[in-house]
Amino acid sequence: MSTTRSQLRSNEAELIKSVCAGEREAFYELVRPYERMIYATAFSVVKNPADAEEIAQEAVLKAESKFSTWLVQITYNEAKMKLRKARPHLYESIDDQQQTEEGDFWPRDFADWRPIPSELLEQNEIRQTVQDAINSLSPSYREALVLRDVQHLSIKETSTILGISEPNVKTRLHRARLLLRDRLAPGIDGSWTKGQPYRKARAW
Amino acid sequence: MVKKEDRMATIEISCVEVWREISNYIEDEISPEMRERMETHFKVCAHCTAVLDGTRNVVSLVGDGRVFQMPDGFSKRLYNKLQKLP
Repeated sequence: MSTTRSQLRSNEAELIKSVCAGEREAFYELVRPYERMIYATAFSVVKNPADAEEIAQEAVLKAESKFSTWLVQITYNEAKMKLRKARPHLYESIDDQQQTEEGDFWPRDFADWRPIPSELLEQNEIRQTVQDAINSLSPSYREALVLRDVQHLSIKETSTILGISEPNVKTRLHRARLLLRDRLAPGIDGSWTKGQPYRKARAW
Repeated sequence: MVKKEDRMATIEISCVEVWREISNYIEDEISPEMRERMETHFKVCAHCTAVLDGTRNVVSLVGDGRVFQMPDGFSKRLYNKLQKLP
């Protein structure tokens, strides 16, 4: 039994690598051992063979297109679990403080912040400053910002991974951006208010 | 902040309302009417323009792949770990 299981896991590891490379056949092989499981799960809910099959197929198709979301979600949950185990008290207290999303956000800084020269990001000091500012956000804001603005996941994917509604993702993202702006707007040495236009990461 | 007389000329949108919609504006998830009201507001309000530009800069800045760099050898170590699975 244990041999079968470890063989399966070993195959999965190979398959996951292939899936990441975009191989559809590999994905099918990955899913095959679980056909019965997903069909039975769907059947237990809808109690109808045709519907159960349709749902199972849709689930597999979604799983394929959303492989990255699934992987990120597992990673996110793993990280949360680690944090809970390592620093339960800290985790609780931070979590309690972050639910302050009602009411309007008032920016504190109105400095004129012109586009940042792209080459500045080659400097470790600048990168560290940006990372420190992101790290200073409360977890709920930071997580939304990193998934959406750093990793470029969609609002929907971000909402799936965080297990919150899309409007909630938008609210957290909005606050995270404005908070970061307040913290970064003054710049490091004033150089952010001059220089060449910064090339935009997104085409809007 | 917008002066009172300016605010009268900009279809009555306050700075607070503009701040509330800045992200939606950047994401292009607002109605054409709201976009027009905000753009009229930006023309006369330097503070809100600063907030808009700054917020855009934040999104560009954190979205730049160079800000979050992977630890050296991350990919190789992950690959090696996968190879060692029983």
